[in-house]
Amino acid sequence: MSQAKKYTGVMDWLTTVDHKKIGILYLVAGAFFFLLGGIEAMLIRFQLMFPMNDLIGGEAYNQILTMHGTTMIFLAAMPILFGFMNVIIPLQIGARDVAYPFVNALGFWLFLAGGIILNVSWFMGGAPDAGWTAYVPLSTDFSGSGVDFYVLGLQVSGIGTLIGGINFLVTIINMRAPGMTFMRMPLFTWSSFIASGLILFAFPALTVGLALLMFDRVFGTAFFDPGLGGNVILWQHIFWIFGHPEVYILILPAFGIISEVIATFSRKRLFGYTAMVFATLLIGFLGFMVWVHHMFTVGLGPVANAIFAVLTMAIAVPTGIKIFNWLFTMWGGQIRFNTASLFAIGFIPTFVMGGVTGVMLSVPPADYQYHDTYFVVAHFHYVIVGGLAFGLFAAAFYWWPKIFGRMLSERLGKWTFWTFFFGFHFTFFPQHFLGLLGMPRRYFTYMPGQGLELGNMISTIGAIGMAVGSFLFIWNIIVSHRKGAEQAPADPWDGRTLEWSISSPPPEYNFKQSPLVRGIDTLWLEKMAGNKNVTPAEPLSDIHMPSPTIVPLFMSIGLFIAGLSLALRNWLPDVFQNAGIEASATTVVYVGAGVGIGITLICMLIRSLYDDHGYHIHVDELEDDGDKGVKA
Amino acid sequence: MRKWQIVQRFLPILTVMLLLAGCGAPELSALDPSGVVAEKQLSLIILSLAIMVFVFLVVIVIFTYVLIRYRAKPGQEDEIPEQVEGNHKLEIIWTVIPILLLIVLAIPTVMTTFTLAEEAPEEGDAMRVEVVANQYWWEFRYPDHGIVTAQELHIPTGEKVYVTLDSNDVIHSFWVPAIAGKMDNNPGLTNNFWLQADQAMTYDGRCTELCGPSHALMNFKVVAQEPDEFESWVESMQNFEDVAEEEVESEAVALGREVYATNCISCHAIDSTQEGGIGPNLAGFGDREFFAGLFMKPSDDPESANEELKSWIREPYKYKPDNNMPEFPESQISDEELDALVEYLHSLTLE
Repeated sequence: MSQAKKYTGVMDWLTTVDHKKIGILYLVAGAFFFLLGGIEAMLIRFQLMFPMNDLIGGEAYNQILTMHGTTMIFLAAMPILFGFMNVIIPLQIGARDVAYPFVNALGFWLFLAGGIILNVSWFMGGAPDAGWTAYVPLSTDFSGSGVDFYVLGLQVSGIGTLIGGINFLVTIINMRAPGMTFMRMPLFTWSSFIASGLILFAFPALTVGLALLMFDRVFGTAFFDPGLGGNVILWQHIFWIFGHPEVYILILPAFGIISEVIATFSRKRLFGYTAMVFATLLIGFLGFMVWVHHMFTVGLGPVANAIFAVLTMAIAVPTGIKIFNWLFTMWGGQIRFNTASLFAIGFIPTFVMGGVTGVMLSVPPADYQYHDTYFVVAHFHYVIVGGLAFGLFAAAFYWWPKIFGRMLSERLGKWTFWTFFFGFHFTFFPQHFLGLLGMPRRYFTYMPGQGLELGNMISTIGAIGMAVGSFLFIWNIIVSHRKGAEQAPADPWDGRTLEWSISSPPPEYNFKQSPLVRGIDTLWLEKMAGNKNVTPAEPLSDIHMPSPTIVPLFMSIGLFIAGLSLALRNWLPDVFQNAGIEASATTVVYVGAGVGIGITLICMLIRSLYDDHGYHIHVDELEDDGDKGVKA
Repeated sequence: MRKWQIVQRFLPILTVMLLLAGCGAPELSALDPSGVVAEKQLSLIILSLAIMVFVFLVVIVIFTYVLIRYRAKPGQEDEIPEQVEGNHKLEIIWTVIPILLLIVLAIPTVMTTFTLAEEAPEEGDAMRVEVVANQYWWEFRYPDHGIVTAQELHIPTGEKVYVTLDSNDVIHSFWVPAIAGKMDNNPGLTNNFWLQADQAMTYDGRCTELCGPSHALMNFKVVAQEPDEFESWVESMQNFEDVAEEEVESEAVALGREVYATNCISCHAIDSTQEGGIGPNLAGFGDREFFAGLFMKPSDDPESANEELKSWIREPYKYKPDNNMPEFPESQISDEELDALVEYLHSLTLE
């Protein structure tokens, strides 16, 4: 049992259950999809650079806009966040891994399987084209085969997200080091905890909605078919009951990142920690109460619109509390300006701008003008790019040394910040006005002479700035990981929380001994007390580790085969017909689905019947990290 | 970050703001309202914007001060800043003040929400219009006048117009920025709202709910007319008749009429009372300013408009992807017939 199974190279990555490696897998896959979504965004901006431009036609444009939204939300933003959450949460709470390492690996492979299903649609009859919101009946009877890939891709990757969220919840509840009470947890862990709670309640709504949509498309049911007594508004309710909390699932962890980065680079503890925690909880709670503000123009009547308007406005209060607490964290501090802190500092005015347009949008009569125009596009990009993406960049520069053991170049980093920051504002600020001047969103073209040319031109030029910033970041990664580049120290930023108390990158078991947590900002407290490192809470002993396993990958391959087969049901018959193949495409589809689900079930059986107790790392195998005075 | 950098950062944005605010098209811009609904909406936009600009400025002032005053200075390495836990008084201040600001915003918001939801009176001579959306065109029915038109909605100025919204296929959304906000056309459910135009002019309308590949080309016009002009338009629509066979003077129009009867009439009614066609009703087509939601008919250049109309009939799919009009190649309508057809279409005017 103490025999460690060791894989190397690719097999190591395919079988890993180490939260840090899974985190890196999430980051790499998320970055790849971020680039895909970015290319789609650039195509959109180039098409709209001039009025009546014919770079992209209406059909391709709808596919691109749908894939841009879906990819950025589900395949880029969520996984990159999950990557940071995976690596950092266990380190911040002093744990050796997440609660369910196997489930963690499964979550990643399912997300990747879903992402691939979505993106192969480009080569199999066209991508989904009904918008990332997939409103019925456009997404049922009036769109191509692409929506099948949307339904099944999101279904598969949604399972991955859901089990990932549950895993984080259990990890944070059960795996905290001695002394790490809830009210001593770093804000990133807190906000990830709350976001995971939102995942637990929001994603089942998406799962149900997608299942109903699939039934309408595949099996001819009529949940959303008004001709047969269904209701088209039902889908919008289900989608936004998921979709609005989804925004908070994305932005709350970003709030957490900003809280960490600002406190560290101000050399101060977070101002109003308790208020910050409760504000985050309140935002998470209210996030479930406001979905109808996406539907003010649906015609639900003045009572519903008024109630949801006031509830939506209420969210501004806890959000404001957070903003002012960040400002007062910096107040009286010693603010250092490096790339991580620049992104966090740039986040504040940018996110405030996104937040205040959110309040403006909560006014239903005004929303009758804003709704589905570029004003809304500007608003949610201020929140998701100006908020979330700035937060993710801050996190990348802040935690890069911890995750990868290398320092990113500050010079290139600052170039990234300034190009991305200016590019961002140039892209999206004019869009507020484009919306008010009469430009609806999801338009593949617009007419000349209606006052829309200048704003669109500036917007496209700004987008080029953002692209340059992104490429500088990639270049930075390449440069920093050349052989002989600087190795990161354990604590490069004079950090405050537990992750900075161990080496960069951390050993596979994270903490040689579970740390004893004596307050908020544990490491900082110990440093102030004159200790070099955190006091251990247990004697040095053998460390129990989970075994690597290939089963999660195969489970996901099974669902990938099943999902892809079902997604092919509209496209494959055409292919067979064109190629003159006699076989029934429907049979192929259902056999594929059966085989795929069979593989997954067999993997589940193996997992259930085969007991794997993991292995132990012996005391004499533990790294000697040169720390003194911690031998128990 | 120094003060001048902040100024420098916001200067270009400000410039852009001013530039853009100056150049909206009056027939399309929500910032240039010409009716009570759009005015109420704009005043709420301005109220919320003012409150929000105030909030933003408060944040920016503190933000700028903090960044200048508390940046790390050389020689501070050994000083540890005071680790402040928080401050109850401040927390209460920045909780209560936003709540008060939101109450100021919420009261007119709720009031206007109810005002704009007013439904047509049961009795009396309220002006009613039914808007039925289709992929990718609009039908406008006047139930009290017994007429139907498409693509160009005529309304009288200075009067509340009660609109009901429906759709025949997917969800569309009816938006005329300069005179009203928008509301969705949902298949299977009817929506009501009202609008009013104070100025007699032609406004641009847009579909704002993604409805397919030609979503961006599902435009319409709202022609607001002085009440007496509107009345005479209604009257001439009610009296509109196709050119009677015996009255046709030009040979081309006679041929065009035949071509129309063979190829077009099954989808495009030219009876101004017939609703629910497969394609737009073309009664009064000769007077319309634009066609297919896409092409303008400039009065100074009728020749090029005719060329556009012809190539539209030949290859509608090329201009509006996924629209339902079939192609009419030369094998079906010869060049000569096409010329005649266009001539005939122009003859469909209201007298």
